[in-house]
Amino acid sequence: MQAFTRHTGIVAALDRPNVDTDAIIPKQYLKSIKRSGFGPNAFDDWRYLDEGAPDIDNSTRRVNPDFILNQQPYDKATILLGRENFGCGSSREHAVWALTDFGFRSVIAPSFADIFFNNSFKNGLLPIALDAAIIDGLFDKVENEKGVEFTVDLESQTVTAGVDVYSFEIDDFRKYCMLNGYDDIGLTLQHAELIRAYEQDRKQKAPWLF
Amino acid sequence: MAARTLYDKLWDDHVVRSEDDGTALLYIDRHLVHEVTSPQAFEGLRIAGRKPWRTSSILAVPDHNVPTTDRSVGIEDPVSRLQVETLDNNCREFGLTEFDMSDVRQGIVHVIGPEQGATLPGMTVVCGDSHTSTHGAFGALAFGIGTSEVEHVLATQCLLQNKSKNMLVSVDGRVPEGVTAKDIVLAIIGELGTAGGTGYAIEFGGDAIRALSMEGRMTVCNMAIEAGARAGMVAVDATTIEYVQNRPYAPQGEMLDRAIESWQQLHTDKDAVFDKLVHIDAATIRPQVTWGTSPEMVVAVDAKVPDPDTVDDHVKADGMRKALAYMGLEAGTPINEIPVDKVFIGSCTNSRIEDLRAAAKVARGRKVADNIKLALVVPGSGLVKQQAEAEGLDKVYVEAGLEWREPGCSMCLAMNADRLEPGERCASTSNRNFEGRQGQGGRTHLLSPAMAAAAAVAGHFVDVNDLMSDN
Repeated sequence: MQAFTRHTGIVAALDRPNVDTDAIIPKQYLKSIKRSGFGPNAFDDWRYLDEGAPDIDNSTRRVNPDFILNQQPYDKATILLGRENFGCGSSREHAVWALTDFGFRSVIAPSFADIFFNNSFKNGLLPIALDAAIIDGLFDKVENEKGVEFTVDLESQTVTAGVDVYSFEIDDFRKYCMLNGYDDIGLTLQHAELIRAYEQDRKQKAPWLF
Repeated sequence: MAARTLYDKLWDDHVVRSEDDGTALLYIDRHLVHEVTSPQAFEGLRIAGRKPWRTSSILAVPDHNVPTTDRSVGIEDPVSRLQVETLDNNCREFGLTEFDMSDVRQGIVHVIGPEQGATLPGMTVVCGDSHTSTHGAFGALAFGIGTSEVEHVLATQCLLQNKSKNMLVSVDGRVPEGVTAKDIVLAIIGELGTAGGTGYAIEFGGDAIRALSMEGRMTVCNMAIEAGARAGMVAVDATTIEYVQNRPYAPQGEMLDRAIESWQQLHTDKDAVFDKLVHIDAATIRPQVTWGTSPEMVVAVDAKVPDPDTVDDHVKADGMRKALAYMGLEAGTPINEIPVDKVFIGSCTNSRIEDLRAAAKVARGRKVADNIKLALVVPGSGLVKQQAEAEGLDKVYVEAGLEWREPGCSMCLAMNADRLEPGERCASTSNRNFEGRQGQGGRTHLLSPAMAAAAAVAGHFVDVNDLMSDN
């Protein structure tokens, strides 16, 4: 996994609540058996005026000029500013892969759906939850200054937007894994003996589970 | 020991170890696998030179991409076909049990787990699918995971998890005639909102939940995720134990007796404390229909499409306006005047035998309205299909003008050939009314199987009670 320490980049604002993972990456792209290549189809239904499919060359499609990620400089955005309940719906990790493949390193919103939130940490995409009132202010900043950049610092747990600095919360273990880019399967397997001991104990107590 | 909730008990029973910040390594008893969210996980195992930790914990089935028409010709779409073949190959390579497309036991992963007794009370159940919450109906801790977590469970039989908070949603009293489990859960989501359960595990309780069959409880738990909760659950009682017995993967004989003794502890202790309590009066619940692009956008069938101008919260009002524009609806339109183009009866929410019986009861002796372009009935599994055919339900549907199909996820998310065209409006028993969910530009209204059948017959939404009393 790509480590995350500190990142500065252009912020794109997506001003709607309940952005679901079907919207982030529509189902036809879930047929892929790969982890990469989803970026050109991130927000596909909003980004293009015609319907896409895995075997259609996106460069031949009609682009929706009104969609934020089709406009300069937001086509180079690396931080996404969203509203409540970002990433709700399906568990598809393809949604996170689509965002990272597009180039996003962080999503800032008032709240996230649980599964999307978890999936983000496994892929070096830092989800940051801030108060809705702060998010309102950040939307104003992005609207008032074209191409404004924010800085996200994981070590100090801060988002810097111009002269304003906001702190965010993150679990210690997640922070540790993300700062170091650790593969958590490797970390878990360090406890293989404990897992085996648990299984032995469980086989005694609930043998019908094995 | 302090009084604990059902969720506390399930959690405590599965903690292998805890980090200082509370992150726990949680042991997983049952891992259900389907073709869409697993290929990258198996590939990850191969690249790292790892093997599945406990193959007997895994049950795999293709469901999202499978055609619901004649299976003997295979899958026409080469991309879908490759994904299903990839699952077949991975199961063969790693020695996993799979019900492949030609197996009569094949079906939607959340239907076949319980049907086979592969979902048992007291288990932790995971699957790379958000509707894994379904299995919580058995007094199990069941939740959806992403593909990285699928790989983590394959490799270690464990997951790194943070404990959720406890919420009790108690549906008290009795529901009126014509109100089903689907109406109950849609009403709950309308009350909580799509993010109301975020960060919580929800236990569903109260007389109206206790009165539900296992099928009904699965419908309710299935949609816990639409209220934001990864896990929903119902305490074990006689209904649970009755359902589980004599299923292929369930314990038998003396082992069953031991299991039942243990399962009887799977309820919330009397003095346990919930972080959040929600009470809903069952008597006030009416048959529900969603009007927007989020499951929380739901009203009773005799209500009108709500008006965003009456909502103070600007983010919410703006979301409602976007939803109305997408759905092609005007505020103030009576729900039961909205015409429907297609009808879909199926999905992991509502494709079990009880659902098919309820819809058939409405369809029996009636005809699908002329304006309905397509009405599909897609059973949840090959065994549900067999049972329905033994009861003659297939004939009821076909005589009424509904199509009787092969099992799978089908038009719930339109990864196979079953889908909506742009602008088409669908009465659907599935779980998500998101933009484009059933086909780009398609408009989805969620409702119960009986209400979907009623919409098919009337050609527009209608209170199933009115339809049934007219004849």
